[in-house]
Amino acid sequence: MNSHLKHALPAWVWFTGLMLVFVILYAPILSALVFSFSADRFPSLDITRFSTKWYAQVFADARALEALKNSLTIALSTALVATTLGFAAAYADFRFRFFGQRMVLALALLPPTVPIVVLSLAMLAFFSRIGLSGTVGSIILAHVVVATPFAMAICRLRLEQMPQEYETAAQNLGATPGQALRLIVLPHAAPAIGAAALITFAVSLDEYAIAWFVGGLEQTVPVTVLNTLQGQVDPTIHVIGTLAFAATLSLVFAAQLLMLRSTKSHKNKEVSP
Amino acid sequence: MSVLSAKLRLRRRGWFALWAAPLPVWFALFFLGPMLLLIAMSFWSVQNYRLTPDFSLSAWTYVLSLDFLWSSFWRSYGLSLLSAVLVSLLAFPASYAMAFLISPARRLTFLGLALAPFFTSYLVRIYSLQVFLGEGGVLPQMFHSVGLSGASLLNSYTALFLGHATLTLPVVLVLQTLALGNVDRTEMSAAVNLGARPLQVLRHIILPAARPGLTLGVLFAFLLSYAEFVSATYLGGGVFQTLPILLTDLIRGGQQWPRAAVVSLLMMAVLLLTSLVTVAWAYRQKGN
Repeated sequence: MNSHLKHALPAWVWFTGLMLVFVILYAPILSALVFSFSADRFPSLDITRFSTKWYAQVFADARALEALKNSLTIALSTALVATTLGFAAAYADFRFRFFGQRMVLALALLPPTVPIVVLSLAMLAFFSRIGLSGTVGSIILAHVVVATPFAMAICRLRLEQMPQEYETAAQNLGATPGQALRLIVLPHAAPAIGAAALITFAVSLDEYAIAWFVGGLEQTVPVTVLNTLQGQVDPTIHVIGTLAFAATLSLVFAAQLLMLRSTKSHKNKEVSP
Repeated sequence: MSVLSAKLRLRRRGWFALWAAPLPVWFALFFLGPMLLLIAMSFWSVQNYRLTPDFSLSAWTYVLSLDFLWSSFWRSYGLSLLSAVLVSLLAFPASYAMAFLISPARRLTFLGLALAPFFTSYLVRIYSLQVFLGEGGVLPQMFHSVGLSGASLLNSYTALFLGHATLTLPVVLVLQTLALGNVDRTEMSAAVNLGARPLQVLRHIILPAARPGLTLGVLFAFLLSYAEFVSATYLGGGVFQTLPILLTDLIRGGQQWPRAAVVSLLMMAVLLLTSLVTVAWAYRQKGN
């Protein structure tokens, strides 16, 4: 494409730039992977021997497993609630016209614009006043706020691709609103709902600031990582990191595939007579 | 009949509320609630080490008169702005390559790969950077082997910048690539046909057309870097006492809730003001 178009600089310059940012983005991830298999305590270029002993150490560590259990409980609950809330709000915004609609939309997209330190602080103050701070439940309540905007945006974009007449047509043909939703809207939105669940799960799994402030003694995996950052070199971080990267990257890539597939099939349907 | 239609209307209302209500209710309780409490708390006072509801301006006057607060405020602002501009410059060639030199089908793959790290374990990536840059780390070792000083690269602006880039590059890349991808190709071809040189096309067609997206990239990089405290602490090594560090210290240090609330609100106000000005500038019409 644009082969006739001359660029201000030769192609290799732009491609070098492209390579550079991908090195910056992925080198830290790859280094965690490599060092997680290094037998040395101190990570350096000359790795003496490879071993899986740090993996064994992590899986034998009761505190790490407890943190993992907390993280999974929180991420799963967050994904469930945030996706439900996000889809409901997206559907309401798509289907109905109501007073204050724009304000609701603005409110729904507001949390990501608040600095995470400020949000964490406010959450800690709030939950300690209602006696909930230091519980796994309070982290879930807060993570839902952080994750829902993503779910709502994903679902809303997908609904946008559905002609609004489909649903009204179904209702004119005698379907109740519930039937129209179940038979027309949900099948259409299903890939987005799946993607939203994956992304909100990843967001919660990775969130450290709120979990650190609000969680107290209930630690999640990122909070144990944060505590290690403050201490000395600990090779098990590379193991935890590698596992975390594997988990979140697969979640995000799966979500992207879901969205991409559904957009493509949608386009194909539009084109075919 | 009217009873029936009233019933029907009630059911419709209920159906509507079922979808429209959950998010606003949840956000009112667990988002607006905490944020309003933060505002209220900035006027509370600490009596006998206990936080007491009050209407007092003492936290405001105390915080606003702190010299080190203002210096860390400007430092945060300046450093984040510098990082935002540098990250945007670093990302630009890559975004240009994705927008103009790669086929649209592949572009989505690259964008997906660029965005994915945004959702993955930021803390571990910062830890990796610590290992890369620290004494005896990968980069100092490499520098040493080519005859340069092998000293630790931590506790420097370079380290802080790499931390900021780790956080913000994915967002900047996506915003820039979308902006460049939307530049009108026919306008570019027309300029070329009229004899414009490649550099002129870049300066007079591409950059102005992509300005809103490019500016939003700088803004988002700024917002994220400004609110970030992990890089500043563990890569900048406290050389840079930034506002978020101050905030975590105030809270972890003890009973300074009202003061922490004031600092938070100041941060929010500054971010809001910066966003409004930037967005207004980004979408300003030509010639205004």
